[in-house]
Amino acid sequence: MPFELDTGNTAWLLTSAALVLLMTPALAFFYGGMVRGKSVLNMMMMSFGAIAVVGIIWVLWGYSMTFGSDVAGIFGNPTEFFGLAPLTDDANSLLAGSGVPALVAAGFQATFAIITVALISGAIADRARFGAWLVFAGVWVTLVYFPLAHMVWGGGILGAGENGIAAAIYGVTDGIANVAPIDFAGGTVVHINAGVAGLVLALIIGKRKGFGKEPMRPHNLPFVMLGAALLWFGWFGFNAGSAGAANEVAGLAWVNTTVATCAAMAAWLLTERLRDGHATSLGAASGIVAGLVAITPAAAAVNPIGAIALGAVAGVLCALAVGLKYRFGYDDSLDVVGVHLVGGLVGTVLIGLLGTDTGLFYGGGIDQLVIQVVIALAAVIFSGVLTFVIGFVIKVTMGWRVSEDAEVGGIDLAEHGETAYETIAQGRVIQEVRA
Amino acid sequence: MKLVTGIIQPHRLDDVKSALEAAGVRGMTVSEASGYGRQKGHTEVYRGAEYTVDLVPKVRIEVLVDDEDSSTVTEAIVKAAQTGRIGDGKVWTVTVDDVARVRTGEHGAGAL
Repeated sequence: MPFELDTGNTAWLLTSAALVLLMTPALAFFYGGMVRGKSVLNMMMMSFGAIAVVGIIWVLWGYSMTFGSDVAGIFGNPTEFFGLAPLTDDANSLLAGSGVPALVAAGFQATFAIITVALISGAIADRARFGAWLVFAGVWVTLVYFPLAHMVWGGGILGAGENGIAAAIYGVTDGIANVAPIDFAGGTVVHINAGVAGLVLALIIGKRKGFGKEPMRPHNLPFVMLGAALLWFGWFGFNAGSAGAANEVAGLAWVNTTVATCAAMAAWLLTERLRDGHATSLGAASGIVAGLVAITPAAAAVNPIGAIALGAVAGVLCALAVGLKYRFGYDDSLDVVGVHLVGGLVGTVLIGLLGTDTGLFYGGGIDQLVIQVVIALAAVIFSGVLTFVIGFVIKVTMGWRVSEDAEVGGIDLAEHGETAYETIAQGRVIQEVRA
Repeated sequence: MKLVTGIIQPHRLDDVKSALEAAGVRGMTVSEASGYGRQKGHTEVYRGAEYTVDLVPKVRIEVLVDDEDSSTVTEAIVKAAQTGRIGDGKVWTVTVDDVARVRTGEHGAGAL
């Protein structure tokens, strides 16, 4: 074997993978609490369904399309590591540098693909057919997530390699672009990507019946708080795990993830208090997620003071951005745009100012800022165009929406044959045992 | 026989129950209700979106009594539920034709 197994790094990455997988059920609670009581199960099932579909596809061709041999700078060879069996071969078994088995890294990365898909579901709450969602999950992760992850992390055109846009603009030294784009744990790949996809789907699928007219209050704010807390916990795997090793980079990412999130929560609450009169629990939960999103690309690029500034900016901007859907009339039901797109853009772009090695505020000049804007825009365009095509094809073939009666009566009952809460009006129980 | 119905502030329920027990009432039905009177509702803000909540939570308390006890029971509820602020609720009394006790099948005043 070319490298020696590092048990410490491997243990941390296995732990991180479990932490990140927890984030998707956590998201189910975060989103589930925000919808009305008649659609909480469907909302949570969109996250759980994404785990099932994406988890299988990742093992079959997802890892290979992300980290396989480069094809045109856009995606990896889907057959190279098909089914992950080749990762158990000696030649591929340990990653260079960290001494972590490639199979462990593949497991860790699976959880990122899963949550990215699940994040989109918040934009289309209460109205999408479950089958259409599962088809979308499988197609979208294949045509949008894997290629974008490959472009940024797998040696494609948005990375630091010789074939990348950054190398073309700024030149190359020893195979690395002179100004390397930074996306530590997924500002472009995960959050800008999911945010844009959510916006596009919300536009294609249309508004919930009664949007902007009928009250659509969150039905269970304690669920939202619980979800936010579990997301924060899982996010330590997301960010500190993205160091790929149990080292000082992981430590910096851990501290930055904590303090940026504290700052974003405080900033969101302050914004609400000044504008609306009250600091709300929904605002605290939302501020937590906004901060986690924003620090994701920057977790190892800024120092803790920079992380506080970055988190505070994200908290204020996201708190203001969630109101845009009413002004522009799109029903991004649970603010995937306002939190993930805006937070992802804030984090990705602010690296150009706050990055301690190359940021403008630290004497690094304007180049890092420029390349950060370039990769952010590239992610927006790539995700936007392809999501539109996929969403539109599903709309004209299988159709996205449940019937109006089903939507009004509650999508839980229509799509899953269940209701979340017992009410006295449900009538008598007829028991039928099916063999 | 009379049915005395009170719509009261939820946080006054314990005091009203105690007052009714002290007045000799042996049973009652309590249910959650929502509605509004002169106090109207309130507004709530979620992620910047303002909702007017016009129905506010109330508790409905119902007591079946003999004719001669109805004014005592009404006064007991009013006295115990009163805070003096808008939203304290209402109490009303209606005449009841008949009452049946399910367990024994007896009718009339004996079923109270």
